[in-house]
Formats: sequence, C-alpha cells, structure tokens
Amino acid sequence: MGDTKIRKPEDLEKLRAEGLKLISPDRSKITVGMATCGIAQGAKEVFDAINEEVSTLEANIIVARTACIGYCQAEPIVEVYLPGKSRILYHRVTPKKARELVSLTARGEIKREWTLYSIESSVEGIPPMEEVPFYKKQVKIVTRNCGFIDPRSITEYVARGGYFVLAKALGMKPEGLIDEISRSGLRGRGGAGFLTGRKWAIARNAKGNQKYMICNGDEGDPGAYMDRGMMEGDPFAVLEGMTIAAYAIGANQGYWYTRDEYPLALEMITNAIDNAKEYGLLGKDILRSGFDFDVRIARGAGAFVCGEETALIASVEARPPNPSPRPPYPAISGLFSKPTVINNVETLANIPQIIQNGAEWFSSRGTQSTKGTKVFSLVGKIKNNGLVEVPMGISLREMVFDIGGGIPGGAKFKAVQSGGPSGGLIPEEFIDTPVDYEHLEALGAIMGSGGMIVTDESTCMVDLTKFFFDFLKYESCGKCAPCREGIRQAHEILERITKGEGKDIDIETLDQVAHMVKDFSLCALGGTAPNPLITTLKYFRNEYLAHIKEKRCPAGVCKNLITYKIDPEKCNGCHVCIRSCPQGAITGEKKKVHSIDQEGCIKCGGCLEACKFDAVIVE
Amino acid sequence: MVNITIDGKPIEAREGSTILEAALENGIDIPHLCYHKGLSRAGACRLCGVKVRIGERWLNKEGHAPHSMHITACTTEVGEGMEIVAHDAELKKARQLIIEFLLAANKHDCMVCESNGVCELQRYAYELGVDQKNLRFPSPEYTEPVDDSSEAITRDLNNCILCARCVRACQETTVQRIWHFYGRGGIDDTLPKMKLIAGFDQPLAETECVSCGNCIQVCPTGALTEKLAHFKGRPWEFKKVRTICPYCGVGCQIELWVKDNKIVRVYGCEDAPDNKGALCVKGRFGLDFVSHPDRLTKPLIKRNGKFEEASWDGALDLIADRFKDLKDKYGGDALSGLSSAKCTNEENYLFQKFIRTCFGTNSVDHCARL
Repeated sequence: MGDTKIRKPEDLEKLRAEGLKLISPDRSKITVGMATCGIAQGAKEVFDAINEEVSTLEANIIVARTACIGYCQAEPIVEVYLPGKSRILYHRVTPKKARELVSLTARGEIKREWTLYSIESSVEGIPPMEEVPFYKKQVKIVTRNCGFIDPRSITEYVARGGYFVLAKALGMKPEGLIDEISRSGLRGRGGAGFLTGRKWAIARNAKGNQKYMICNGDEGDPGAYMDRGMMEGDPFAVLEGMTIAAYAIGANQGYWYTRDEYPLALEMITNAIDNAKEYGLLGKDILRSGFDFDVRIARGAGAFVCGEETALIASVEARPPNPSPRPPYPAISGLFSKPTVINNVETLANIPQIIQNGAEWFSSRGTQSTKGTKVFSLVGKIKNNGLVEVPMGISLREMVFDIGGGIPGGAKFKAVQSGGPSGGLIPEEFIDTPVDYEHLEALGAIMGSGGMIVTDESTCMVDLTKFFFDFLKYESCGKCAPCREGIRQAHEILERITKGEGKDIDIETLDQVAHMVKDFSLCALGGTAPNPLITTLKYFRNEYLAHIKEKRCPAGVCKNLITYKIDPEKCNGCHVCIRSCPQGAITGEKKKVHSIDQEGCIKCGGCLEACKFDAVIVE
Repeated sequence: MVNITIDGKPIEAREGSTILEAALENGIDIPHLCYHKGLSRAGACRLCGVKVRIGERWLNKEGHAPHSMHITACTTEVGEGMEIVAHDAELKKARQLIIEFLLAANKHDCMVCESNGVCELQRYAYELGVDQKNLRFPSPEYTEPVDDSSEAITRDLNNCILCARCVRACQETTVQRIWHFYGRGGIDDTLPKMKLIAGFDQPLAETECVSCGNCIQVCPTGALTEKLAHFKGRPWEFKKVRTICPYCGVGCQIELWVKDNKIVRVYGCEDAPDNKGALCVKGRFGLDFVSHPDRLTKPLIKRNGKFEEASWDGALDLIADRFKDLKDKYGGDALSGLSSAKCTNEENYLFQKFIRTCFGTNSVDHCARL
C-alpha cells in the first residue's frame, strides 16, 4: 500500500476526484440502505439477493451500500444509478423485487411502480426527492450525506466536501473558530441547548495543559435514533467536527462515547477513526498544522443516565455512572478533572457546515433563540416514520401532518411528545407552536435530543405516562432521593390508577411529587422526568379523573377498566373471534350471536382486531 | 471572608466553604442527610436544596438545563453577595416529601434502634413533622435480613437511606472500598432497587473490611451500628468522656460513651485536628480491656515464687533499687531502654532523657523504629 497520508489541499482534491467516481461511476450502481432500520426490515437479504443476482447474470453493475436516508417507513430502500440517466430510489424492496431490479438495471430499465422518488435527475412519472411530501419541508444540513454515501468510505466523504473544512479550520486561529461558532448561535443538540461557542470558550480559557474532547453518542431515549442515524450514516462528519472542536479548545485527546447496543454505529465509527488515522486526518501533525489529535472509543453499557455529561465522564473513567453536582462544570473540571468539552453527535456534525458556510448562513435559519436545523425521529402513530431534519421554528403541525403524513387509518390526533421519555406531551390546541427550545419549554415539553412520538385517540394518557415512568424508574441511577424514590412512588400511583384503584387524593399527590422531583433532583434526568406527568396532568386531567372517579379508561386501553362485548346487532356469528381468542372465552354457535365470558377474558384485544364487522366493542 | 445572607441574616462566610458549612458554622441548620464534614460533596439527599439570588439573578433559574432545579447548599460554594433562602413554605413542603419518601422506602422502626435519639432521619422527620403513620406511600415490610456476620459492625439495610456517607468514608477516609451501591433506581428482575452492598455483595465478614467502624460513625441512621454495643444503652443514657486513644502515638481524640462505668461505644472526635473523627479498629473497638476482670489494677511483686499485691510506691522503690544495684555493679551500659509507640511524644522524650541521665547510657530505642 502506498502512502495515503493527506498533507495538503491538493491531496484532498485528488481524493475528491476519486470519490466522485465512486459515487457516480461510469457504470450502473445499485446501492442498498443498510442502516439498522433497513437491516431490521430485511435490507441484508435484499443486499445478498442483489449480489447473487449480479454474479449470476454476470452483470456489469456495482453493488454498494449506504445508510439511512431518513424515510425509515419505506425501508428497505434501494438506489439504482444509471450513469448519465437517472438516480432512482425504490422502496419496500424484497429479495424477489431486488433480483428483478438487477435484471432491469442490467438492461438500463426502470420499474416505475416501485419507485419512491428520484435524485439529481428528472424522470417522467417519478417525483424528484424535493417534491415528496416527506422531504418537502426538510432541510438537510446535518444529514446531508446520510443515505448518499457509503459511510465506510472516507473517499466518498471527501467527494462531498468533507475534510476541506478541517483544512480551512486548521488555518484559522482557535479563537476565530470559537467566535464563528458563537456567532452562528449553535446550541447543543443533546437537549440542554447550551451555546456551543460559549462552552468551547470556557474550556479554551480554562487552566490546564491537558484538555479533552468528548463526543456524546449515548442516546438513550426509547424511540429516538438521530445520533445512531448520524453515526451509521456519516461518521466522518462527526469526526471532522470533533477534530475542529478539539483544535478550537486545545485538546489532543478525544473520546467517542457510544452505547454497546449500537453495534453498527460502533463498527462505523471504529472504521471512521481507523480510516482518518490512515489518511493522516487524525493523529500527529494533522495536515501539517502541528496539531495532534487522537480519538478513542468509549463503549457504554446502555444506561440512560450516561447521556448526562457528568455521568458520562464517570463512565469513561470506569466509575459507576452517577452524575455529580455542578459546579464545577466539565468545561472547567471534567474528565480526569481536566477541562473537557462534551458535545452531542448532532452538534458536532453541524460544525463543519458552519465553518464552511459561515455563521450568518447558519443563523439565517431558525427562530430568534434557536438557529439552524434539528434532526427529529418522528415515530408513533404516524404514517411516515423516520428521521427528519427540519429548520428550527417549523410548527408541530407541519411536522406531524405535512412531513409525517398525519395519523394512519384516519384516527384523530391526540398529542405529540417531544423530547423522549422525559419530554412533555403537547395537545392538539398547541400544535401550531413553532419548534424551538423556548416554545417547547413553555408548554412543559423539551427539545431533548429530538425524539418525537405522535399519539392518537387510541392512546391512554395515563397509561402512556405510566409507560414512561416505568422506563424512568428503571433508569434513574438511584443516587439522589427525589429521583430514585419520587419516580418510583409516582409510578406506583399511576399503576394503581390504571388498575382502577385510584384515590381522589392521587392527583394532588402526583402533582406535588412531580414538581418536587423536577425542582430538587440532582441532574437533568430527574429534572425532566416528571414532564410527561406534569403535562398530562395539565392537558389531560379529565382522563385521570375518568380513571379515578368513574373507573373508566376513555381510550379503552387500561385492561382493568374496560370490558370487551359483542354487539348483537353487528355480529353475524362468523366464528372468527372465537378462533382468535387465546383463552377460549368466546362462545356461540355458527351464524348466531357470540358472547364473551368476562371471567375468562384477559382483555388482549385479539377479538377486536379479528372482527371484520366491528361487532366487538370496548366499554 | 465572603458576605452572604441566609434567610435575611448577614453572615461572614469562610472563603471556599459551602453554603451549608457557612450556615452550620453560624448556627443555622439547613436539613441535610448525605452531607458529612470531611467527606466529599455528594448532593444526593437533596434535602438542603435552597434558593440563591445574587442581585436580581436567581441562580437556580439560570444554568443550562431546561428546568429550574434548586441549588443544594452542601455542594455550592458561597459567593459574594449571595442572598440565600434556606427556609420557606415551599422548601419545607419539598423537604417533608423527601423525608416521606425516605421513610416509605424501607420499614424504619425506631423502637429498639441503636440510633434512636441520635438518628438524623428521625430528627428531621420530627422537625419537619412527618408522621410515619400518615405516609401517602406504601412502605414495605422488613425486606432485608440483618447482616451481623462481622465481629464489629452490624448492617441493617432496613434503616439505610442510601446517603452514601459510609461509601465515601470507606473510600476516602479508610481507603478500603468495602461499601458500594448495587442496582439503580428501579425494581426489575434484572436490576434490583439500589442497595448498599459489601464487597461483591457478600456478608461483611467475608470482605476485606478492617472493621475500623468509620462507616458507623458517619451513618446518619441505624443502618450501620456497633454490634457489641447492642442493647447496652440508649444514646441519652451515656456519660460522654473526651480523651485520647491509648493505643499509638497518633493520639486520636476519642469520645467514650460510658454507662455503669463501662465503655460501650467509642467515637472519634470530628473536631480533632489529627484524626478528624476517624479511628482504627483498636481505638474504636479495642477499649473493652479497660473493664476486663483479668486486668491488673495494682502492681504485683513476686515473693517466694508468688505474686503479691503491692502499693505503687513499694513497687517503684523496688524497681529503682534493683536498677541502681545493676548500674553500680556493671555500669550504666549494662542497662538499656525500649519505649513504646503507645506513649505520647512527650512521654517518649522524658523516657530517653531518663535513660540517658539516670541510667547513664545511650542504649535507648523505640518499638516504632523496628
């Protein structure tokens, strides 16, 4: 192997030319989206099928892989590139469809019925990406490479403009970089929204020769996978951002913290670090600037609290991840008691873009207080699940109904939860609220790291809150009394209420517990944990009252409070429900009205789903 | 000095002291359970949460997190011009709730608890008016078996409030690292609710515990107690005698808890400059010899092969005569002196002076040199 080290801009130019050829080669190329979301939906099988078919047909086709383009709902997604002709994405590809695609591609043909959209090309009858509702209101800055390049290839990353920014940054003064980031108004994307530039400046000015740069890729929120998407899709952008940040604060050692439950992300970041080292973009004397920077991976065991920066530091130091009181802030005394900057994956992925395009370009998007874009994972009762990057200030309505496509099955929207398990639930009356830190906070929710869970009328708010508290109870690190005991006791009360054993005083007690835990907890886990409780008590108090006073679950979810019955008007005695009942609790003769034995019914809802005539009703 | 006010009272606080230390040093109590003088700042019980304002700026409303957490007095250092609200109706209500949680977390029973009367949880429950009978949260039955495997220390997790004082004392003072926490906040099949464990969740006797008992001294409740003192007296029945440990030359200051003229418990004096409250196994648990029936309390002189009780003067005269005889007969260098580390510096000084001037020899040594 020759010397691959990049030393000057010309070397980068050479690499870019190579990369462009990889992205748009002179022969056909089939690319499979192989992020975790894709693999879960069968992308691996599709990938294998394509490879097999290509070799069977001896077709002149390159088979490549990429990560997630955000449209998780439509996975497995396959991109077919026909040189000089088109770049088209096919969705919900099965191995069978994949084989057919290979032969079509070999003949230079397109299968219009299976297409999702086209990129950088106009083909009649296929909408371009920008016009698909899911993408129309999105602005791809952070995720611009996700799904477009092979995340394992530094060459393709450079082809998309990568590492030119690092070369530019290393030519600037650290203070100049910090100033640029400060002026851009970038705020930490991990949840707290602290100004990134200010954090850097504090660490830069902190006393000490040894400083550390940590990338926080812990991401513990259930239903949130923005950072995973980034690490799987464009690890080099994060690494480049991290290197720039390290240069700005004067750190020579970095740690990339991520959870072991992200094996693919770990594989990608390990590869990225190794590649960057091989190309001399990490290590000693980067780009002949005299700046040294090395990155190690720190793997976490998946505790939610490890996303909290002081707990994360403890975890990197191989101590139990218990948060410590601040001050001192990590920027003054962090890892091994040295000044340490911890930035979230998405924050770091923003850095190269800001340095490249300037602070004004970045701050031209967003609201007064919150600039730029934010990646959200849009999940729950919504048509288009996926990772979406939107400009700050977009309304929740646009996110749920325009990008998300609304609620499937025509059900009525109920609330959207912003900010992961410790976010607040925002009801329909506030759905026109613009998304930024201040507006969400005013409603009792948080931006968090960007989890957005949509619920519809079939969701019981008490039950949902209980679900989050079950998670938070388990994940509370146990160090401080309000969080450890408060969440547990609130969970017990919620459990009682959903069982129909609620007492009149419970709402008052829950209210008091929620506010105390919020105000008195040691870290942000306890400080935000009560949000779902506080917001549901505020916006959906009637549901609590129905559970407690009337022993009734309006959404028909809480098993102890509902009964399944058969509507004799609608039942035609088809026996389907009888076959669906795991308990044998439904009886009835064929063609005669069936009935459910309430003693035997375990309220699984199987009959409700099975009945095609809406004859099973929930009371 | 740093000028602050606590609940409107102006105070000159030591620079670098925390709000809680400044309050305590000036006779203001802010409820606290996890704080203990000399241990690292934990901020775990959150009882000492206060509101702090400098000028018009409320510190707890600022910060970077999207919530308005109260500042804990035990972890926040005083700053010039701080106006601190340490007691108001809202804080009281929150503190009551924390105490309620702690009481509900375990089955606390003060009836025969060794810490009854000195228990800090009991104290704050009383002061804040939290009645165990009116808890809004269910508390479990006795769930944890008492670990009395150790010769010296009894661990009763039913009384443990997870304040981590013992964990810190063992780690920071004794540096033995016996106590740890296991589990997290939740209750689950795979991960139990957080509890205090010894070693790898072993009986205390099977760990490397050196039985210094520093954990007992810092424990705010009756979770860790002196095994040998059980049922030998309630805290208010003891006469407390301050003295110096007789064992070694460190000179740890100790407080003896004496009942019926017997030493039942020993505590290190926390204001002592040398030991700062810490003791070793001998100082804390080794003073029972004082009232041992076999202990010699009078000098014995052997006559005709039998020990006979003698007076101190008689015994000392005999010793002096015999030394003098030996010195006259063989010269001073026939004698030598070996001193003990149990003596103080002053005693050791006098000892060598005595050997040199009275015996007339430089053959004098000390056990600590070996």
